[in-house]
Amino acid sequence: MPAQLAQISQPVTPPQYSLAGLSPLIILAVGAFLLIMFRSVIKRLPATAERFATIAVGPTTVVAAWIVGGLVGDEMPLANVRADIGTLWFAVLFALVLVVAALFVGTMRVGFDAIFTSGTGLVALAAIAELWNDHHRATWPAEFGERPVGLLGNPVRAIGDQFSFDGFSLVIAGVILSAVVLCALLLDEYLRRERIDGPEMYVLMMLSAAGGVVMAGAGDLIVLFLGLETLSISVYIMAALHVRRSESLEAGLKYFVLGAFSSAFLLYGMALVYGATGSLNLHEIRLYLASVVILKDAMLLAGLAMMLVGLGFKVAAVPFHTWTPDVYQGAPTPVVAFMASAVKAAGFAALVRVFVVTFLPYWPDWTPAVAVLAMLTLLVGAVLAIVQRDVKRMLAYSSISHAGFILVGVEAASARGTAAVVFYVAAYAFMVIGTFGVLTVVSGPGDRKTNLDDLDGLAARRPALALALTIFLLAQAGVPLTTGFVAKFEIIGAAVEVRSFWLAVVAMVSAVVSAFLYLRIVLSVYLGSPADDSESSDDAPVERVHPAAGLAIGIALAVTIGFGLIPGPIDELATEAIPQLFAAGQR
Amino acid sequence: MGTLLTNNVLANSIFAAEAGSAGGTFPVLSAIVVTPMIGALVLLFLPNNRPEYFKQIAFLFSAAVGAMSVWVLTDFSTAGAAEFQLTDHHTWIESLGISWSLGVDGISLWLVILTGLIFPLTIVGVDAEHGPKAYYSWLLVLEAGCMGVFLALDLFAFFTFFEIVLVPMYFLIGKWGHGERAYAATKFFIFTMSGSALMLVGILSLAFLNQAETGVLTFDLVQLANSQAIATTTARWIFLSFALAFAVKVPLFPLHTWLPDAHTNAPTAGSVILAAVMLKLGTYGFLRFGIYLFPEAAVWFAPTLVTLGTIGIIYGAIAATMQRDLKRLVAYSSVAHLGFIIIGSFAINTEGLEGGLLQMVNHGLSTGALFLLVAMIYDRRHTRMISELGGLQKPAPKLAGVFILVTLSSVGLPGLNGFVGEFLTLLGAFAAHRWWAVVAASGVILAALYLLWAYQRVFHGPAEGANAEITDLKLREGLLLAPFVVGIVFMGVYPKPVIDRMEPAVDALIAHVEEHVPDFSEPVADVIIFDDHGGSDSSEDGH
Repeated sequence: MPAQLAQISQPVTPPQYSLAGLSPLIILAVGAFLLIMFRSVIKRLPATAERFATIAVGPTTVVAAWIVGGLVGDEMPLANVRADIGTLWFAVLFALVLVVAALFVGTMRVGFDAIFTSGTGLVALAAIAELWNDHHRATWPAEFGERPVGLLGNPVRAIGDQFSFDGFSLVIAGVILSAVVLCALLLDEYLRRERIDGPEMYVLMMLSAAGGVVMAGAGDLIVLFLGLETLSISVYIMAALHVRRSESLEAGLKYFVLGAFSSAFLLYGMALVYGATGSLNLHEIRLYLASVVILKDAMLLAGLAMMLVGLGFKVAAVPFHTWTPDVYQGAPTPVVAFMASAVKAAGFAALVRVFVVTFLPYWPDWTPAVAVLAMLTLLVGAVLAIVQRDVKRMLAYSSISHAGFILVGVEAASARGTAAVVFYVAAYAFMVIGTFGVLTVVSGPGDRKTNLDDLDGLAARRPALALALTIFLLAQAGVPLTTGFVAKFEIIGAAVEVRSFWLAVVAMVSAVVSAFLYLRIVLSVYLGSPADDSESSDDAPVERVHPAAGLAIGIALAVTIGFGLIPGPIDELATEAIPQLFAAGQR
Repeated sequence: MGTLLTNNVLANSIFAAEAGSAGGTFPVLSAIVVTPMIGALVLLFLPNNRPEYFKQIAFLFSAAVGAMSVWVLTDFSTAGAAEFQLTDHHTWIESLGISWSLGVDGISLWLVILTGLIFPLTIVGVDAEHGPKAYYSWLLVLEAGCMGVFLALDLFAFFTFFEIVLVPMYFLIGKWGHGERAYAATKFFIFTMSGSALMLVGILSLAFLNQAETGVLTFDLVQLANSQAIATTTARWIFLSFALAFAVKVPLFPLHTWLPDAHTNAPTAGSVILAAVMLKLGTYGFLRFGIYLFPEAAVWFAPTLVTLGTIGIIYGAIAATMQRDLKRLVAYSSVAHLGFIIIGSFAINTEGLEGGLLQMVNHGLSTGALFLLVAMIYDRRHTRMISELGGLQKPAPKLAGVFILVTLSSVGLPGLNGFVGEFLTLLGAFAAHRWWAVVAASGVILAALYLLWAYQRVFHGPAEGANAEITDLKLREGLLLAPFVVGIVFMGVYPKPVIDRMEPAVDALIAHVEEHVPDFSEPVADVIIFDDHGGSDSSEDGH
């Protein structure tokens, strides 16, 4: 304890009032604004114009990523490369890249909106990468030897401590933006198939992602709430945007009502915390709690409980999960992919920021509650998933069970636990986008073919898609050589490190139960015979996947397998992102 | 935050140590694991319109692995068999102290060679009934996984391979199997995964508790085995989680129910590999990761495990006697045979451990061959029901000859391999758990009963109807069975070269147990009659 007090009594580093940290946010907002302005001027591009515009957007993205990266960081990206091979060669190379990108985009038959959105996502990712590089490389070059943990790169604080763009928020924002890029690619063909016109989906997705980025970097409870609402309201509308499908409308309404309900809980909890501590700023609350012993802490604990309920709704923890199956089943499949990846990542980021970081001194009070939540979430999610017949519903319950796994990492309330949460969230985002990506393609017009029987004989009709789906499902089951396994490994490691053995055992038992569910889907993909059109399946030409969706699924697959084989890079990212969160000591 | 610092330092120091030890030689063990994976990838990207090449390419890759495993045998130094040889270290996940670490010693050597030889034989000898591309890819992935389990010296790597073998076997049973294949495949997957899920918790607990005691986070087998820093009771719990995973895989008596289903419904190649290689993952795990990592707990649990093993011997024998399906009979006989391996291993003395190890190889040879023979009968008669077969000896004398040889090897006839192994396990078990050994010995008689009775019903008597018209062994089938027969006879007549290479490792394991368990000394029978006369033809020759 004395060591902690000594650390706390150190003068706090004066905040840097830099707007650089906000750049991902600004890029997303500007992107959304530009898209909606452009589309409101030109309702529908003629085919040729669309083609040219699309080709133009690709290279523009690269240029923009380069420029933005340069603006954000202290150096231009690729500066070393340029110095090595000379400016001229670099320019030639760059032009070549642009040409290839343009040709590639041109052959992809992808719509303007999708390219624009994923381009914006990529630009924001470039900004994040640059922030990350400055953040880590500028303050701590590898050749300096040991990393001074306490001093590790000051978080880029913006607008008077309202934001703290530290490593943690950058990695979570990276996950959210990757989800934007991939989901935009998935949406392209889907929207055309479902005849949903207009750029609303993309605009809302960018806004929602902006909300998620704010949540990940929130340094203040009000900012956190602001981000959460921006994120949620956009997603409510996205869930209901398939207006000709009553399930979609129902999903949107249900999500909205229950979401608003949970927001109320969260807000009331914040109010109580403010009453107990006298501040809404997470940093100040942390200092206050570490230095003051509150004798009558009932109000604070009530506030914590309320916030846990509110955030529990967002991450779909049992018993606050009841909206999930209906919403996942009803919402458009690419939107579900976005919800399961980005929204979940943002929700857990908030949970970590509020509970693990800010209320760390109170861990003996809240970890048992989180442990119970985690156990319930794990078991209920896994068991209820098995009795479903609809694949989207199954995956909804499986995502609940995954949330339980991540809660196990939160429960650890340690640096390792938080790193495991980051790893899991990142790994799960790609797995789940891949899974729902495949479902988007196979579910057919109107999202009708999502029953388990509809997947029968998929392997015969579309072998590549079936293989991809199998790998995603096995990864979710935690089979080694995929990121899913490493994620589970890190979570269980974090749990046993703080001696939560029973929680670890429950988690693994639920993993086995879930494995049964994934095997059921795999079985029907490989062994089931298509019920109705049995003769057509033999000689029907193998249907081709739209290139954009194929690209998204391919990227997700590459990440899932690649970082499953060599988990080092993501693990390093997750581990390096954490220390400054715990600069004031840990459990 | 302190942990992060120490991790970094630790990882660096390990890395530095590795850099010194790694020579410039060809990493043959890594190649053994990686080559089949590459083969599977190559198959995956081959065009679908040339199916005739799939088998040849798969054979090529698996034969390369076989050749490399033989190379390992020639490179293996008998004198240093107690040490891990040909080791290969690379950092895998730095922050967790995980490395890609492979090595071979006297315990794993023969299993590696068995795996290396069984796979090419199965690939070349048994054709895919349909979907050859995926079939051979999965077989190659399976080979990589099995090799990885036998070679891994890092708990993370070990667990990775231990789990990954489930996937190809699941697909082999589920897609190319017969009968209730979906049920059998799912049961197989869920049973084995339930066991290993808890082992994952065990592995991580071991590593982190070890870190709490020693300050070093590592998953390295040798380091963990030598530090023995964990409290006794905790170690017993962790051993239990390991033992559960291995007991399902072996399978030990109450957890065996997946085995008959999996065996019966699997395609021939699946059955052969399941019996010859995959069941050994469990028994090998008991030796390498059970006894070696948790000597105290292993000694403490030994009576329980020996009891279960003995029950398995008797139960497997009785269940086998009552089977009407020939393949199911062989499957239940596996339960009995693996019981012998368990009672030998948990005798924790030289005879028992060597016998257990020998029996692992023997069971691979004889049961693998039996499954091939059953498949050959099935090819001719399209039934495996014993009641529908009969008198096959007359139309197919060669088939009958090989069948009786393999059956006798499985029964444990002196002069064939099964005898040496069973004799040693019983000898060891007799010294450690006398009465269990007496009960287990009756299992040998029961084995003779059910196997010879089955042989009698299938091959003797008058051949009627379709039974009279079956063809004898073809050249191809004979060539496929020849290596098994040679192995069976060779190891029965002259097991010394095999045992010589095991013995230092086995003795080192026993010394390790004696060092770390205070009141333990190698159980030796008060009177070993055979020892004085040199009757135990093998174990003493190595000195």
